[in-house]
This record gives sequence, C-alpha cells and structure tokens, in this order.
Amino acid sequence: MSTLNPTNGRLASTTRDERLLSFDERYRQQQFTRRNWTLLYGALFLAALIGAVAVSDFSIPGLVKGLPMAWNYILGTFPTLTLENFWADLADWYWGLRFWLRLLVETILIGFVGTVMGGIIALALSFPASRNLVENSGIYFAARRMLEFFRTVPELVFALIFVFAFGLGPFAGVLAIAVHTAGSLGKLFAEVNENVDPRPIEGVRASGGNWPMIMRLGVVPQALPNYASYLLLRFEINVRGASALGLVGAGGIGQDLYVAIRQFEYTDISAIMLLLILTTSVIDITCEAIRHRLIGHTLTQVA
Amino acid sequence: MTATLHADIARLRRTNPRIFTRPLPERLRTWGLWLGFVAVLAFGLWWIDASPMRIVNGLNKLGLLVTLMIPPWPGDGLWDYTYAMFETLAMAFLGTLIAFIVALPLGFLGAKNIVPNWLFHFGLRRFFDTFRGIDGLVWALIFVSAVGLGPFAGVLAIAVGDVMVFGKLFAEAIENVDNKPVDGVRASGGDNIHVVRLGVFPQVFPVMMSHVLYFFESNVRSATILGIVGAGGIGLQLSDRIRINNWQEAAFIILMILVTVAIIDAISRRIRARLI
Repeated sequence: MSTLNPTNGRLASTTRDERLLSFDERYRQQQFTRRNWTLLYGALFLAALIGAVAVSDFSIPGLVKGLPMAWNYILGTFPTLTLENFWADLADWYWGLRFWLRLLVETILIGFVGTVMGGIIALALSFPASRNLVENSGIYFAARRMLEFFRTVPELVFALIFVFAFGLGPFAGVLAIAVHTAGSLGKLFAEVNENVDPRPIEGVRASGGNWPMIMRLGVVPQALPNYASYLLLRFEINVRGASALGLVGAGGIGQDLYVAIRQFEYTDISAIMLLLILTTSVIDITCEAIRHRLIGHTLTQVA
Repeated sequence: MTATLHADIARLRRTNPRIFTRPLPERLRTWGLWLGFVAVLAFGLWWIDASPMRIVNGLNKLGLLVTLMIPPWPGDGLWDYTYAMFETLAMAFLGTLIAFIVALPLGFLGAKNIVPNWLFHFGLRRFFDTFRGIDGLVWALIFVSAVGLGPFAGVLAIAVGDVMVFGKLFAEAIENVDNKPVDGVRASGGDNIHVVRLGVFPQVFPVMMSHVLYFFESNVRSATILGIVGAGGIGLQLSDRIRINNWQEAAFIILMILVTVAIIDAISRRIRARLI
C-alpha cells in the first residue's frame, strides 16, 4: 500500500512491526558499540592493573603482612602517658619542645617567604601569560611554557638542586618553594586576568595609559581579591610542603623528623607529627576564614 | 573653567568626605596589616640568611650546573630509567586505586544524608582533616620503615595519603546529591541499599571519577619524588645522579619526568572529558 497514513503522515509501507524492528536493531547496535567500548576500556584497565602489580611488587600477602606491621609501627610511636604521672610523662614526651618549636617557626617562615617570593614572580609572569593582555603571541607562549616548567618539576627536585647551589639550610628551601609557587600561582593568576572585565582596560588605554599602567589600574584592582585568596591557599599548601623539605637538607622541621624516623626514636616521631598536624590545622582554619571574608564561599580547595 | 572645577571638587570634598578619604581607623588598620606583613617578611628573610651576595654566588653556581646539564644524556642507564618510570606510574596507579576502594565506603559513612548521626560524622571528618596535614613524603618515610625499601612502600604511602582527601571529597559529593531520585527510589519501595545504589551512586559516580583522575595526575607527580626517601620509582635514580654529580643524566631524568607528566595529563583530560 502506498497511501499516506492519515494520522502521522508516515508512509504506510512501514508498518508498526517494521518500525519496531528497525528501532530494535538500532538499539541493539548502539548497545553493541557501547559494550565494545566498555570492554575495551575494561581490558585496558585490567592490563594497566596487571602491569602495575607486576612492576611494583605489590601482592596481597605482602599487603596482609605489611599493613599490621605499619599499624604496629604507628602504635609504637605513641608514648606511654599515665594518668597519675601525666605532666611528667608529657614533659618526657616533648623533651625537645623548645628546639622543635624553633624548627616549626622556621618551617612556617619558609612557607611564608617562599609564598611571597613566588607570588611576586607569579604576578610578574601572569600578565604576559594572559591571552587578553598581550598581543604578541611569542611572549604569551614563552611565559606559558616557563610557568609550566616551574610547575611541573617537583618542588623537591628544585630543593635538591638548590641545596647543591646555595648550600644546606632554609634558603634553598625558600627558593625551591618560590619557584614552584611561581609556576602554579602564575597559571591561576593568568586565569584570573583572563576573566577580568575589559571595560576598565579600555578606559585606561583610552586615557593614554601605557601597558604597565593598564595592568596596574585596569587589571589588578579587579583581580586583587582572587589573587589574595589563591595566595592564602598556596600558603597552606606550602607550609605542608616545607615540612617535607628538611628531608633533603633544605631546612625546617623535616630534618628532625627524618632523623627521628631513621634512628627509630619512636615517641619523637609522634611528638613532631602532632606538632605538625596542629600547626597545619591552625593555619588551614585561619586562612580559610580570611579567604571566605575576602571572596565569599565560591572558591573550593584545589590540591 | 578650571577655577569652577576646583571649587566644585572642594565643595564635594566638604560635603562627602568619605569618598575622598577613608576614615582614620580603617586606614590605620590597613597600614597596620601591611606593616605586620613586611615585618614578618623581613624577619623571615633575616632568618633564612638571604643576602644579595649569597644569591649572586648561588646563581653563579646554578649557571655552572645548567652548563653541566647540557646536553641531557641518559648514558647507559636508559633502560633502568624507563623501568623506574614505569615503577613510578605503577605506584601512582595502584595507590590511587586502593585509596578509591577504601575511601568509597568511608565517603558514604562520612556523608550527613546517609549517616545522620552528628557525632559520628563530625568525628570521621576531623579524622580525615587530621591526617590530611601530613605530607606524602612523610608517609613514605614511615612506610619505608614499616615494610622496607621499594615501590610497595610508595604504593601504601600514596594510598594512605589519598584516602583522607578522597573520604572528605566523596562525602561532600554525596551530601550535594539531588534528593529527587532518592525520594523516587524510596517511594517505589526500595530499601536503604537500593537508595544508595540507584538514587545516590549514579549521581556521584562521575564526580568521584573526576576526582580520582585528578588525583592520579597529581600522584604521578608526587610519585616521582617518593624515591628520594627510598620508596621506589624514578626519584631514587634522580637523587642518586644528583648525589654523584652526574648532571647530564639528572637533567635527562628531569626531562623524562616532564614528558611523562605531560602525557599522563593529556590522557586523563581525555578520559575526563568522556566521562562527564
């Protein structure tokens, strides 16, 4: 029959069954491709898993044996605190408190100075790395690649090299943190710069401002709260990072923690760790409060 | 013309002083904050003994190192480095996977809308927060002491460090689910397990996967340095080369790290775009 179906305008040659059949076939085909993709990804995942297990000598027996060992180790670091002799025990546990507090202050200072220095470099590099602020794509490209390099080389690798060049001590640690911070903050700052309202920029340009003036008067006032928020976030991360820098001789409390772990001075380990946890929590909470006041609740923590 | 303008401005300044100068307490506070900031910075610079001489000397030495690094060359360790790189990737992969598996139930337990007990939820969150303050490298040191040298310690270090962060992120993702599908499942007679499986899980799974992929990227970066404390991977090779002053090979390893990280980032960006 080749007459038009009056109800839906379709050619009546496609009966209901035929249409159902073609639908069914299409559905099955899509399901087939979908299943194939899932299988392919599954196989890739499985291959990666097997490869990873083979390379990293990971094994379930190892895990079963290793986890209790690790747990015992952690339990072993706890001091014996008795109720009747609590204060003496506490004093015994924290026998090196004055020394540790000094190192803790050093750790925070490394984080602080490193963040400030890195922030200054990041600010300087973020303008040439913003698409909307530079016309010359060569400069843009160079600035972007430079930030990428700073960001991708791990902090600790910079620390290893800087310890060699600048000598042992916190100075190398500060530089390592500054360089890494410049890379990661520079990228975030550039993203902030790219999102500013262009009208103030045009206003400054129209009243005869040169490039630095445009940046100072057209871009910075808009972006300042975001800069400050990212800086604070980075400061939190950097204090945490600074606590690890001591492991390669770049100052801070990490040095002492390293010695304690290496020489199996168990209670010292837990004492220093507790100090570290307390410090980072206090800094986290303070910075979060300031950040919320600066910018509202929109920014969430990026690791 | 200008005279009237000046008179206008003077009049405006008189009538609206707040537009021209901020009140004194506010200015004092700003200055105080800046003063404090500069004082802490100066103290920090004094503490770390930063002097221009030191910077110049160090930069000279750094320049020397850079000339020593050129050209980066693997020597005869190419195969070792490649294997170490795979070890690094394996550590990151397994560490992230284990952290995901362990954190999944913890995330559900830590979510307010799944376990309404306030005390339990608060305690679990504080637990996560507490251990989040410890750097991955410190975990690696501990696990090297506990289970011995090698990549296995690295896997555990990454896993333990990440479980805490995942737990928190997953709990937050679960708390942010849309309640309508949950009500729907409950209305059609589903029990709690059904609600979690059919109402909550499909909503949070893409969010979780996106976090997991992001952390995989970041773990590849951190796994490259875990070897410095003996937890396997490319970091061990790198710190060895630096220790014996073989800068050409060190530079080669750093380049390898950069390339690997770039590749992993590109792959994970692709997968993420597909998933979400």
